[in-house]
Amino acid sequence: MGDILLTIKNVSKEFYGNQVLKDINMEIKKGEIHALIGENGAGKSTLMNILFGMPVIHETGGYQGSIELDGKEVMFNSPHEAMSHGIGMVHQEFMLIPGFTITENIKINRELTNPNMVSRIFGKQYESLDMKRMNSDARKALDIMGMSIEEYTLVAGLPVGHMQFIEIAREIDKTGIKLLVFDEPTAVLTESETQNLLAAIQKLAAQGIGIIFISHRLEEIMQVSHRVTILRDGEHVVTKDTKDTNVYEIAELMVGRKVSLDRSGSDSRRISDEIVLSIKNLEVKMPGEEVKGFDLDVRKGEIIGIGGLAGQGKLGVANGIMGIFPARGQVIYEGRPLELNNPRGAITAGISFLSEDRKGVGLLLDESIEINTVFTSMQIHKEFLHNLGFIRIMDSQKIRNHTNKMIKDLDIRCTSSLQHAGSLSGGNQQKVCMARALTQKPKLLLVSEPTRGIDIGAKKLILDLLKSLNEEQGMTIVMTSSELAELRSICDRIAIVCDGKVKGILSPEASNAEFGLMMSGVHADSQMGGAE
Amino acid sequence: MLKNEDKQNNTVKKNLDIPIVKSIGLPTLIIAAFFLLVMITAAVLKQSLPILISDILRRFGMNGVLVLAMVPAIKSGTGPNFALPLGIICGLLAWTIGIEMGFVGFKLLLITSAIATVFAVATGYFYGKLLNAVKGAEMTIATYTGFSTVALMSLVWLMAPFKSKQMGWMMGKGLRETIKLDGVNAGEIINNFLSFEIIGIKIPTGLLLTFFAFCFLVWLFFRTKTGVAIIAGGSNPAFAAAAGIDIDKNRIIANILSTVLGAYGIILYSQSYGFFQLYSGPLMMAFPAVAGVLIGGATASKANISHVIIGTFLLQGLLTASMPVANQLFAGTDLSEIMRVILQNGIILYALTQVKGGGK
Amino acid sequence: MRKAKNMLSKQMPYLTDNIVPIIFIAFTLLGFALTDNVPINYFLSELSSRFYRNAFIVLSLIIPVIAGLGLNFGIVIGAMSGQLAIIIVRYLSIEYLHLSGVWELFFCIVLALPIAAFIGFLTGRLYNKTRGQEMIASLIVGFFANGVYQFILLFATGVIIPVRATHPMIKPDGVGVRMTVDMGELHYSLQNIMKTPFMWTVLVVSAVLLTLVVALYLTGRKRPDKGNKVIFIIKVLLLAAIIAYSVFAIATKNNITKVKEVPTVTIIFIGLLCLFTELIMKTKLGQDFRSVGQSQHIARSNGINVDKTRIIAVIMSTVMAAWGQIFYLQDMGTLNVYGAHTQIGMFSVAALLVGGASVRKATVSQALIGTILFNSMFIMSPEIGKAVFGNALLGEYFRTFMVYGIIGMALGIYVWNDNRKARITLDPIELNAQDN
Repeated sequence: MGDILLTIKNVSKEFYGNQVLKDINMEIKKGEIHALIGENGAGKSTLMNILFGMPVIHETGGYQGSIELDGKEVMFNSPHEAMSHGIGMVHQEFMLIPGFTITENIKINRELTNPNMVSRIFGKQYESLDMKRMNSDARKALDIMGMSIEEYTLVAGLPVGHMQFIEIAREIDKTGIKLLVFDEPTAVLTESETQNLLAAIQKLAAQGIGIIFISHRLEEIMQVSHRVTILRDGEHVVTKDTKDTNVYEIAELMVGRKVSLDRSGSDSRRISDEIVLSIKNLEVKMPGEEVKGFDLDVRKGEIIGIGGLAGQGKLGVANGIMGIFPARGQVIYEGRPLELNNPRGAITAGISFLSEDRKGVGLLLDESIEINTVFTSMQIHKEFLHNLGFIRIMDSQKIRNHTNKMIKDLDIRCTSSLQHAGSLSGGNQQKVCMARALTQKPKLLLVSEPTRGIDIGAKKLILDLLKSLNEEQGMTIVMTSSELAELRSICDRIAIVCDGKVKGILSPEASNAEFGLMMSGVHADSQMGGAE
Repeated sequence: MLKNEDKQNNTVKKNLDIPIVKSIGLPTLIIAAFFLLVMITAAVLKQSLPILISDILRRFGMNGVLVLAMVPAIKSGTGPNFALPLGIICGLLAWTIGIEMGFVGFKLLLITSAIATVFAVATGYFYGKLLNAVKGAEMTIATYTGFSTVALMSLVWLMAPFKSKQMGWMMGKGLRETIKLDGVNAGEIINNFLSFEIIGIKIPTGLLLTFFAFCFLVWLFFRTKTGVAIIAGGSNPAFAAAAGIDIDKNRIIANILSTVLGAYGIILYSQSYGFFQLYSGPLMMAFPAVAGVLIGGATASKANISHVIIGTFLLQGLLTASMPVANQLFAGTDLSEIMRVILQNGIILYALTQVKGGGK
Repeated sequence: MRKAKNMLSKQMPYLTDNIVPIIFIAFTLLGFALTDNVPINYFLSELSSRFYRNAFIVLSLIIPVIAGLGLNFGIVIGAMSGQLAIIIVRYLSIEYLHLSGVWELFFCIVLALPIAAFIGFLTGRLYNKTRGQEMIASLIVGFFANGVYQFILLFATGVIIPVRATHPMIKPDGVGVRMTVDMGELHYSLQNIMKTPFMWTVLVVSAVLLTLVVALYLTGRKRPDKGNKVIFIIKVLLLAAIIAYSVFAIATKNNITKVKEVPTVTIIFIGLLCLFTELIMKTKLGQDFRSVGQSQHIARSNGINVDKTRIIAVIMSTVMAAWGQIFYLQDMGTLNVYGAHTQIGMFSVAALLVGGASVRKATVSQALIGTILFNSMFIMSPEIGKAVFGNALLGEYFRTFMVYGIIGMALGIYVWNDNRKARITLDPIELNAQDN
């Protein structure tokens, strides 16, 4: 391991007045594998966006602090510029064109060309491709990775592991590559593919390339990295030599956040032993949040949390139960099997859902608060309608009265019940979603990311509302959230999802390290709170 | 990414921040100004305004229902009904069958409407099914569905075993291209109902009443349970699906309605003209109707009854008024036809640039 | 079992992908079977002259397809640009320059380039703004441009643009260009440069193709897999058969040698355009076209200027269409100022689709085969109408139906397939489960 390659000095970044990075300092040496870890929203992607000069950064006012590459200060205005300085990124989503050969993918927009008669007049664009040289370059890059596959094979139909390697080959084919960022490279790989990849990464590092390795799999980090940097809530927590630390410590530092347990009034509640919802071996094909065999029993009257890192499948559970994404498995609700892939059935059975995708699934942005509030009840329970024989027409008076009551009860800030939902603030939009859910008079409420994109004041209101629904009406609530603190503040139990399955169920009082390890999928020996 | 888009939206909004432009829409305002200009020119040129206004009213009424047919389709999320010729052909087929059966006058009108309804419901059903299979490219496919059906029907017109002297060629087989309705006492039959003249302006009461009645019915439909579900499915399919709505079924219902309105629309249209045209007559008829609703302020994904009324009035008004004006100013050129082509397709292009999405 | 299933699923798309050409070949063959009074040399004469007229324009559609813009119905704008060039050159030639036909043609080609390139640039920008809806936009922009074109020629000419009222191309009242313009010297200006007998041309072209096919097979392609080999052998045999028959026909001077002579230069131009289209794909620009066509997102994230690349593709297509229209009209002899271009977009697109192309895939050979098949149908359908129903008009309506129907069906099948593939299903999970 040699000299310092990249220095990040006092980097801070604000998005619309929202501090997402505070004073980050980091150093990467040549030939070093530097692990970068943190929960969702810790600031990893923002930091990488800054490093790559992504347009998002400039459009939102740039950043403070400086970045030095090889001792010289740099500031990239586009990813392309970063690439030309020898910084490469292996994406989590594959940036490969299936209809192209491996060579064509490796060489995309960096094709080798030879001048010809036409190009001498009309310019470089018309130079002919030098397939031979391109193929031999690709071959070289593939050989470094130890891949024997022919470089002129089409990418379409290759196994996922191969695609990942081609992505890497593309980066190392770039001349003068100095620093390579791996963003969750093993997320989609099988066990053996992962081992191959880790070996390849070590091989690259041995050649003097600096590597930033972003992963939530702590075991991998322990296996390959030289140093780890931990970010939390946009702050730099610590940088340590990997050999001086252990999984337990990293997990604790990653989650470590003071939890204010605010569970007053919970004594008066009674959680019966009756299982109201029993999920067995649920599989849900939700892109990016796949559920792969999820089991959970929900007791009547409790608030149960579903937590876990992004992409692990926690969001898929509620979406699967509600029939929004294709699902398979067994869900028993109130003793009867619930038909999957049937939103109407789930709603009719008395389950309401607050989607994490408020604007996409949760609201009709161009319609009034009235329509948004009563829509589902009108359609499924045939309420708020004048019945004129074979036609049913909206009962405007009844709708208005009900909506106004909801606006008052939930304190929705709006000009009138006719205001369009799209023009409300995030918190008030969430309240409208809530109003619709409550209008359905549910017995079971599924809420996903209820406070996402909502300012702090409104956050508390929403959480309080959930709590009072639970306490006063005995409503069973399944709450999915990326914010562990939020789950720990109102839930009775928290199920942690990893790789599409329940990794374990913890009590909100469990230690940070327990949560951290479980979220990272490490088998901890520590006892688990709650029951399974 | 999301933030990026938001920002872009903001800048777009800023450009159109003048309240009146925002609430009415820039194209509508431009066309309205243009219309006013032409009317003033007409007055300056001493064109007979009562005749002009009578003409505008008639054209407004006769085109209205065809434009109205766009509303259910747009609201359901399938975009403007570029396959309007399907509905039109149902109406035309109904006319020919009604005439062949020997009916005349009001009886003919009623029978024709009844037959047209049957055809249009069936056609709309299959057309809706087709649109469900080609989500994302509805407008293109609709256009060619319309075109190829018109071409296919040309074969039918040519081969249909009709005997009525009102419709056949002097010799040979097949139907004439233009069939007069005066011969069966159906020309202007609705226009003349309760019509009266006031300061030289002829008010086609029956025509306008029929148009407004249809507007009211469509408005009412979109306040029913099904109607609201259709709107939800069109404006946010993910929302509707999550609420347990069968979006595909609703899209079919909306397109049946659109096709039926297309059929009624052509019946109203042709009785006002006093004749109807077969063969390639319906080929391009979708485009003025699409343009009409867009000029009124609709987009490819949003449309209201008010857009229909305003748009039809402006487009037909402008075209009707500009014809004599243009002829007087530039004798011998068919300027108003050229203007129609530019205006109609220009507004459709403008609407297409506002369609979101695409670009995989 | 699995293998058999794979085989089947590999064959199925081949069938659905090629459903349009299959229907067409069947239709043309049916035509021959039903009508026994179409002499082969008449058919070939008709077909070949239609081929010379149309092939160029059909070829102009390929690049936008590869660049992901779909079927560019907007080539009508290219055709209008070509016609504008002809009208300007003819006007000036009659008025002042008195050029010979070949020179007129040359100036038409030169003048059409900037006009078409500029308009292509504008349409390209429009397509960038109507992303995802390019095809309907290209259709509508054709209608729109037709309005502007009429405005310029019917109204602006003589009112805004000063012209001599007594000029033979101008309407008697001094405003507007006449409905038809005589091509004068331009007529056959390209055709008459050189002509060769039909069978000799067939012989030469097939011989050239044969050497090309063999040479490519021997030098290129590292792995001659089985499919390639079979296709190669079929190609060689087919070309050899054509060569043999040509030699036989020339030697025996049979009926087929009576087919109209071939305008050599036109054929050379078409050949050059084929070559250009093939070669451009082997340049950096061509690779960018392909990258953008396959995925705008990936192309952009790799630093390719997607919008610019798409605009270049549209410009190329528009310019070629303009030239194609010029070649087409010099063959026709008269320019129907307000009608010659209107159908060209639909017909060319239909021809390309008949050759087996789709919204995302088009090759030179598909364009050429499509032109031949489509025009065969055009010649045969009135004959079929006459033979079966005793009414040629019926055949004409039928072929209009075929044009629209093909386009609609090809697009419909494409979108339907696309949607089917994009649907999220649980099946991949199932596959994984089996693998583990």
